[in-house]
Amino acid sequence: MSLEQFKDRNVGVQNYRQLDLPQSPTTAMCKVKQVAKRSLKGELFVGLGVTVREMVSTLFGKGLHTTQYPFEKLPISPRYRAIHEMLRLLESGNYRCIGCGLCEKICISNCISMETRYDENQRKEVSAYTINFGRCIFCGYCAEVCPELAIVHGGRYETASEQRASFSLFEDMLTPIDQLSLQQEYQGFGAVSPNADDNIKKTPLAY
Amino acid sequence: MSDITVKINSQECKAQEGEYILNVARANGIFIPAICYLTRCSPTLACRICLVEADGKQVYACNAKVKNGMNIETVTENILKERRAIMEVYDVNHPLQCGVCDQSGSCELQNYTLELGVDSQTYSIADTVRESKNWSSVLHYDAGLCIVCERCVTVCKDMIGDSAIKTTARGGEALDKSYKDTMPKDAYAMWNKLQKSVIAPSNGTEQTNCSDCGECVAVCPVGALVSRDFVYTTNAWELNRIPATCAHCSSGCHIYYETKPTSISNREEKIYRVTNEWNYMSLCGAGRFGYDFENTNVSKDEKAFALAIEAFKKAQTIRFNATITNEEALMLQTLKEKLGVKLVNDEVRAFQKFLNAYSDASGKSLYGSDFKELMNSDFIISVGSILRKDNPNARYVFNNVQKMNKGAGLYFHPIGDTVIPTFGKSVETFNHKVGLEEAVCYLILDLFAPKDKLSDEVKDYIESFKDGDTNGLVELLGKDSAKFKASFDKMMGKKSSFGLMVGEDFFYHEKSENLAKLIALIEEVTPLNIAFIPPKSNALGVSLICELDDEATGYTIGYNENGDFKLSALGDGNLDIPALNQQEGTLTNMNKKVVPTNSALEYNGYELNDIMKALFDVPRLAIDWTAYLPVDKGFMSHEFDSLPNHYTNAGVELRGYSLVKFTREANEIKVDRFDEKAILEGDIVCRANPQRQFSDFTDKAHQINEAFGLYVSDAKSKSIGTSKAEISFGDERLILDVMVDDRMEGDIVALPDFQSKHNVYGLFGTSRYKIVTIKGV
Repeated sequence: MSLEQFKDRNVGVQNYRQLDLPQSPTTAMCKVKQVAKRSLKGELFVGLGVTVREMVSTLFGKGLHTTQYPFEKLPISPRYRAIHEMLRLLESGNYRCIGCGLCEKICISNCISMETRYDENQRKEVSAYTINFGRCIFCGYCAEVCPELAIVHGGRYETASEQRASFSLFEDMLTPIDQLSLQQEYQGFGAVSPNADDNIKKTPLAY
Repeated sequence: MSDITVKINSQECKAQEGEYILNVARANGIFIPAICYLTRCSPTLACRICLVEADGKQVYACNAKVKNGMNIETVTENILKERRAIMEVYDVNHPLQCGVCDQSGSCELQNYTLELGVDSQTYSIADTVRESKNWSSVLHYDAGLCIVCERCVTVCKDMIGDSAIKTTARGGEALDKSYKDTMPKDAYAMWNKLQKSVIAPSNGTEQTNCSDCGECVAVCPVGALVSRDFVYTTNAWELNRIPATCAHCSSGCHIYYETKPTSISNREEKIYRVTNEWNYMSLCGAGRFGYDFENTNVSKDEKAFALAIEAFKKAQTIRFNATITNEEALMLQTLKEKLGVKLVNDEVRAFQKFLNAYSDASGKSLYGSDFKELMNSDFIISVGSILRKDNPNARYVFNNVQKMNKGAGLYFHPIGDTVIPTFGKSVETFNHKVGLEEAVCYLILDLFAPKDKLSDEVKDYIESFKDGDTNGLVELLGKDSAKFKASFDKMMGKKSSFGLMVGEDFFYHEKSENLAKLIALIEEVTPLNIAFIPPKSNALGVSLICELDDEATGYTIGYNENGDFKLSALGDGNLDIPALNQQEGTLTNMNKKVVPTNSALEYNGYELNDIMKALFDVPRLAIDWTAYLPVDKGFMSHEFDSLPNHYTNAGVELRGYSLVKFTREANEIKVDRFDEKAILEGDIVCRANPQRQFSDFTDKAHQINEAFGLYVSDAKSKSIGTSKAEISFGDERLILDVMVDDRMEGDIVALPDFQSKHNVYGLFGTSRYKIVTIKGV
């Protein structure tokens, strides 16, 4: 999905046109004349005609604009901040999360909690991770601070559930391994800016 | 030593002659970056970042001494250039894994990189493979993260005395020649050294042979040295730091318990690690790793509490130990006064008797010096203490004097120790026979007392051992007197302050009263500053607060000890009480200071004050007792909440208050002669714990793994021949595993007392040594 429409906030240069309106009636006589004119001209039926035309095109043509929610959903902006997703590395399928704890630290409602340990491969492993969605205010700081783009906001905005815990486990937020190919790169807050390469200096390497 | 003034960045600063510029700046709140320097240790000069300009000349602040009227600039254009280059060099090939690093957030490499604004890199060199290794049961070294500042090496040598680690060849590429001309000079020199070295155990193996104190972990500025238990478990910023006092031995070190919820599902606080102010106080392995001795899952058991009240009403004796706060000791003393119970404390009674005998003889309520003062002396003597096992801090003092003050030392103890002679070139060890402790005192009198100050009787007695050039006392204690005289004369050269530390052998001794008098005499007539090493945690506090009895009679309540009704913080008693990391209170340490400790963990059960409240009309909280500690014994009536517990930037210890020392007129000290017949011969066992073990509490901690067994030297284990040995004290027999302590020497074996269930104090009685029969089984 392109971001152009969201990035274009410059309303000033769009093409506005002043409507060609007649002058409002000023005297009482003028007002009476205008009422009489409008009543007799059959303008009412013009409006009805529009309705009938739209009805016909909706019913028999392809002009239906109603979204059949919950069977259909509109695409949502990548900057929308809904239930979090935990992403995987595309090549290996491993979690992207390295357990740095920055999301836990930055969280202003103190709802992220994690456990880490030293694993058999001498790496830091995240052994447990939860977000308390009863507290989460969906501010997006966690996604913004994440150095690995591992925790991101997804598009799951339906947060009604019998238990909020339904959303909070690492496994629930994690991209299912069989849907790894469908995993979308995050474009919201914290994503790499398009000109990131221009903003860094290269470290010399002796290889 | 005299007060002088220097100007740092045109700010007038008061300083002592001979102080380092860096310490003066720190004391005056002026920032000079420094990575490799440790207060109380010798300057390493590895990082070179503390470069300053003194009177127009560039010097290193960590090893340049201040001179009167000196003008010091901490920042010049050239210095900034050097510092930035140094930080860039440190960042070359440093793994970009701050995200997972344990030190992230409290990392000096991160801090100084930011402070000096390093935002790009100009240097490069091919990296060397450096693998992470486990050095011991507690030490984890990630060579990749190491910046070879050598702080760990320095602290291990200058403070701890193990010298268990050293720098070794890295096998890295040589620096590109062109850097020599293009780089700032100091940065190049520092890089040249850095690129050649990495840290490794000094015994040439993959494992360190050391006391596992973990001080190297504490001083590491980056995440290279971390304790194995802590690696990757939490970030430093998640931890809640609780200032406290270590409860394991009489050093009473200042520590921080660092806590955080146990897990996602269990929100109860758990201690993740213990840290310390490593510039001013060094911990031992028990203090650093023996922190999880709390009494868990305790709730208010009303039935047990009612039984406890009944038990206290009919109790005739309360048996307790030294792992107790001053407030609790005062409560027990109150029980004695109001209910007439006897107070029995095997760990403290002998020390109390010794202290009283010393006070009677000397007229002073407390020993004259403390270990802070001893650390500044340049001649130190240890008597009656197995320095390595009894008290880590006393050992650090002994070692530090050798390393920092160009000091000399005399070590008297029946058990040989291979570590002590390595502390310095001017250390003489006497492995004398058990029973000759009084002879040691007479030798010290002979060596240090001006002859005119000694009474004729003592003088004649000492002279009676001398025969021409031969000093019979030296010979008696197992050394050649001619050789000793030569080395002693060398040791005494340019020495100005002398210290003597007195250990547990002297308290648990048939002749402890005479020994106390001898020590009092030594203090009076010689220039030696004297400090005692109280045997266990709060032994000094208990001995001042409680009137102890010798024998337990009738119905006995055990307070963390065996008894008919047992109150225990170990979870194995009739009523639970909080452990020392779960309660507030004060402890009296060997520096004669009353220091506060705070509770790190939650405790929901009953404590001693609840029982006191049920029996009498007493204060609501245990810490309300702090103000009522006996003023006539040297305590002050300060409220607990008014007691500070921290160090200042200048290294001033603001912890609690010092005990007041009373002096009164004393009579002339009359000392007895010693009896050579008191020498023990045969198989001798000494009551001594392995290092890092002090009590049931250290034993409970999961990282302290020294087992209960018979500790013997390598040679002795060969003569026993089996892996288990039976040791019999007359009728009582114990069958124990034979553990080889490769730093012990000689035939005397050590039986630990840290598990109270074995009633080891009962076996030894009032002595620390016993003749036993040992046979392999």
